[in-house]
Amino acid sequence: MNPEELQYAKTHEWVAVAETDGEKIATLGISAFAVEALTDLVYIDLPEVGKQVTAGEPFCEVESVKAVSDIYAPVDGEVVAVNEALPDALETLGSDPYGAGWIAKLKISSEAGLGELMDHAAYEKQCSEEAH
Amino acid sequence: MRNTRDTQSLFELSRPGRRAARLPACDVPEREITDLLPADAVRQAPPELPELSEPQIIRHFVNLSTQNMSVDTHFYPLGSCTMKYNPKRNERAAAMPGFAELHPYQDESTLQGMLAILYEMQEMLQEISGLPACSLQPAAGAQGEFTALLVAAAYFQDLGETRTKILVPDNAHGTNPASAVMAGFEAVTVQTSAAGYVDMEDLAAKLDEQVAVLMITNPSTLGLFEPNMQQIAEQVHAVGGLVYLDGANMNAILGITQPGAFGVDMQHYNPHKTFSGPHGGGGPGAGPICVTEKLAPYLPAPIIVKELRVAKELRVASCESRERKESRVTSCESREQATAAHNPQLATRNSKLPYFRLDTNRPKSIGRVRAFFGNVGVLLRAYVYIRTHGPAGLRRVAENAVLNANYLLSRVQHILPVPQGNRCMHEFVASASELKRQQNISAMDLAKRLLDYGYHAPTVYFPLTVPEAMMIEPTESEGKETLDAFAETLFRITEESAELLHEAPHTTPVSRPDEVRAARQPVLVWNG
Repeated sequence: MNPEELQYAKTHEWVAVAETDGEKIATLGISAFAVEALTDLVYIDLPEVGKQVTAGEPFCEVESVKAVSDIYAPVDGEVVAVNEALPDALETLGSDPYGAGWIAKLKISSEAGLGELMDHAAYEKQCSEEAH
Repeated sequence: MRNTRDTQSLFELSRPGRRAARLPACDVPEREITDLLPADAVRQAPPELPELSEPQIIRHFVNLSTQNMSVDTHFYPLGSCTMKYNPKRNERAAAMPGFAELHPYQDESTLQGMLAILYEMQEMLQEISGLPACSLQPAAGAQGEFTALLVAAAYFQDLGETRTKILVPDNAHGTNPASAVMAGFEAVTVQTSAAGYVDMEDLAAKLDEQVAVLMITNPSTLGLFEPNMQQIAEQVHAVGGLVYLDGANMNAILGITQPGAFGVDMQHYNPHKTFSGPHGGGGPGAGPICVTEKLAPYLPAPIIVKELRVAKELRVASCESRERKESRVTSCESREQATAAHNPQLATRNSKLPYFRLDTNRPKSIGRVRAFFGNVGVLLRAYVYIRTHGPAGLRRVAENAVLNANYLLSRVQHILPVPQGNRCMHEFVASASELKRQQNISAMDLAKRLLDYGYHAPTVYFPLTVPEAMMIEPTESEGKETLDAFAETLFRITEESAELLHEAPHTTPVSRPDEVRAARQPVLVWNG
């Protein structure tokens, strides 16, 4: 996916929303900036399919040699798919964070959270401020 | 020269049949092992233990020990850990047979010296914190946090209130949210501002009557004294919550202010940090807690209490119990006379003398959190430290710790800027962000290279709120020369090539372990 066309949360998740069979599905991952900041990753705890998530609440976590970090749900919804290959190939998060490094797909039940997301330019600005 | 032959693993050094000790022939009737143990508990083959001679074992461990960095051998500015010098008089006192050979199952009346010291320790910790009750039981700082949160839970249960949340600022030690969850609460993060202080708006948004406790580290992990502390405490109290102080950074405020005076309801101490008990290898830690009067009934039992007993009763009681223990007949009267001759105080009949008792009759107590009276070895060392400094001396400890940190900050900030400003308490958090951007030198590279120059590295990448963080705490133990030399070394490292630094350390037996592989594919057994 083209990072410039994605939407971003303040907490560094990227989101792509697509409509399939009348249902809105959000695909979610973490940004290249987040992967870089987390340093070397050692573990990801994927959520279970069927789990209900709430916008702004953590729903899975990723662990690096530095710390364990929460991944926050950008919208209310239900986990409908997870990237099963990811735990054994964490390097994918670094090499292709916006493609093969996707983490989960959520069936959106309320779009309220989407309004909080930033476009690529605004997110870039946030990152450059954080890096300082 | 470093001896690397003898520091190979014990398995590599092993040769079949080599022994450090040979046991004499068995002089009691032998029985088959299968008569004594169930079949599934009996191994099929002997364990493959390394086989070595005694000199080999000694040489192995002594050589390994010389590769350690310690406060006794190196400057050790490990932020948040307060690696101050551990005075050797602490060790001498703790090794005295009257302390070292006590057994906690001895009769209370024969433990009076130790109990007197522990009682005084409770009193001194109460005075330093400005909180009137103390438990010495918790075995480490994190257990102190956990214990205090259980005390809080028992207090709210007694009030008939159900509170579910614990607020923790985002730059807290990781043990804070962990303790909250272990104690059955939900940990809720409170943001800190760019200046490094609690974000008052975020606090107000998260404070409600579900909040049991706010856990705060003050001075914070950024080495800053929270300017809104009083207001924060008032707001937490206004919703009926309690304020917990993570006492890791007490070294900065000893004798200057008391947590009880700035609104704290409970706190722990890290005697191995603040009061120079050794860290790690020298023995276990300790995490005593102090609390306000209203929380005192819930403290772990037993608490050591002081009573005044009539001299005669005391003598007879202690004499009888001694006789019972030693199962030998001694005339109580003659002992009494002998003791009286040595201690004129005892000679006055019917005068009242202090007696220290373990008070277990505390119906609201949360119970024990640790066997016996806590890790008394560390508490004893801390007691010696506090008594040898005295109140004025402890205040000078804090003043010099703060002075040293500010001096070092002023010496390194041109190469390692401190995002939270140019003043600090006992430690500061510098950032290697600029260095990383301009010269591709990270905090990790600096830390690893410092080892080559004979310095223990500062704490790196914590707190997470500062990118490329280096948390530097020189402590009061160091002189100006050490601080100057350290600052100059840091500067010299920044002039070195990035390639050299990425490969550092160059002088240690192992350079950079592969942390990712160690975490993802750990090899936990020796495979020859």
